[in-house]
Amino acid sequence: MSNTYFEILRPGINTTIQDNGRNHMYHLGISVSGAIDQRNYKLSNKLVNNDLNEAVIEFAYQGPLLKLKNGKINFSITGDVLFKIIRQNSKIEDGVCYKNYILEDEDQIDITSTKKTVYGYLSVNGGFELEKVWNSYSTNTKANIGSNNGKKYSIEDKIFIKNSNLQISKETKINYNDLSDNIIRVIKGTNFNYFSNEAQNIFFKKEFSVTKLADRMGIRLSGHNLENIVNTNIKSEGLVRGTIQVPADGNPIIMLSDHGTIGGYPKIAVVISADLDRVGQLTPGSTVNFKEVSLEEAQNIFKAYTDDTNKYLNECN
Amino acid sequence: MIKNISNLGDAAVYCDFGSEVNEKINLNVINYFNSLSKLVEERKINGINNITPSYNKLIISFDLSVTNYTEIKKIILNLNVNKDFTNNYKKIKIPICCDDEFGLDFDRLSNKTKLSKEEILELYLNKEYFCYMTGFIAGMPFLGDINKDIRCDRLETPRVKVPKGSVGITEQFSNIYTFESPGGWNVIGNTPKKVFDQLNLEEPVLIKPGNKVSFYQISKEEYLNWNE
Repeated sequence: MSNTYFEILRPGINTTIQDNGRNHMYHLGISVSGAIDQRNYKLSNKLVNNDLNEAVIEFAYQGPLLKLKNGKINFSITGDVLFKIIRQNSKIEDGVCYKNYILEDEDQIDITSTKKTVYGYLSVNGGFELEKVWNSYSTNTKANIGSNNGKKYSIEDKIFIKNSNLQISKETKINYNDLSDNIIRVIKGTNFNYFSNEAQNIFFKKEFSVTKLADRMGIRLSGHNLENIVNTNIKSEGLVRGTIQVPADGNPIIMLSDHGTIGGYPKIAVVISADLDRVGQLTPGSTVNFKEVSLEEAQNIFKAYTDDTNKYLNECN
Repeated sequence: MIKNISNLGDAAVYCDFGSEVNEKINLNVINYFNSLSKLVEERKINGINNITPSYNKLIISFDLSVTNYTEIKKIILNLNVNKDFTNNYKKIKIPICCDDEFGLDFDRLSNKTKLSKEEILELYLNKEYFCYMTGFIAGMPFLGDINKDIRCDRLETPRVKVPKGSVGITEQFSNIYTFESPGGWNVIGNTPKKVFDQLNLEEPVLIKPGNKVSFYQISKEEYLNWNE
């Protein structure tokens, strides 16, 4: 076992280990978890020459302050993130995302905050010394499953880093072009016709606000109450990431990676796969518009999303 | 049988078995779930991420970079549904302590049903329940159907924290809170038994869809000394 680790001097608001998620457990009530922003998660791994499915540190808003002990590593941070590297000689460097860095023994990474998004990712070359639970490293804080006993990190915790040969001397970077806007594309949900004509119009034409009730489970919106003319409850049934449910108060809720596996509110729409990363990054106080697309369009948009991701990944080769 | 198949977003298939809630429809859902799960386990189909059975729906989510709606729908339409899964008949007995500190809502229930605590408990404990589905939170079973005379709506104001282990009832259903969680079901007692155990990697969930569950009362002393 390696003796190289990050000592957590400040844990940040919600710092957990994530990967591509834990599948085949919904029927037991265990949600998928995994990085909210899958593209940025993969890019951070690629920048340090890791397997794309390696475990990473995900942080939200204010990130952790980490001190490297007993080693020398290569790391990268992705997302829209403000961070500093504090060298052991007290020299402070401003960090740049989408680029890899060498961190020497006793150096610190201070992740001040994310900027216009919620989540950012930190990868180290070789990955962390962790064990998979049900085929995933992801921390599920709702059911206390996965890395760090299913809990978010606290002060003085240690995150051990696998021994790596540190072959990367080459600097890698990605010219990441975040062209995100506030339009989220959706496919009509299975209960779309539970809503009045007016509500259906409002849903696609008006702007909604992201409330403070937003976390890894889901995002509550406000702004327009969507009138239900059939029934404000359905017999509880399965949910998937991106489902938009509307409870009796008429305010939509978007399900994210830690959502409850079943729910009893009508489903007005489902966010398309290509827009899940962006929807998860919406910050409280920002606004969002929904645009309807067909299944075929969604599939084509997903192909374009995958091509874009691959284009970024190839920049590191 | 499946009445309608549609897409739920671009990465899930929504199978509708009807609108009623009863054992017959639910067993049908569970048989589809088990048959499809077997194919996934045997790696005969690729790209399926999760299969979620509920009262009368089955939702199959998949990886859009591997497969698509048309392919998964075809698999479901051609599925050879096996109706004989032994796990369906597993019987589980759950101890429950109904002392006043655990049975939080007997006053409310007595008020609504005009039955005493003892009468409510007799009707509740004298029945074997069917597990329709497991979920919402990890390992939470949705059981039914409880006796018509003890059915009652959810609390007007849900509790912010229902204690872990609480056994609740509402409408024709009963559940067990596997974690401290917000909730609005009428709480009639608490079980010391581990219904969800994340450290048990082989079998974290005690009660699965299709299982039969009955409850037996224990004293507070037995509750406190419970040892698994």
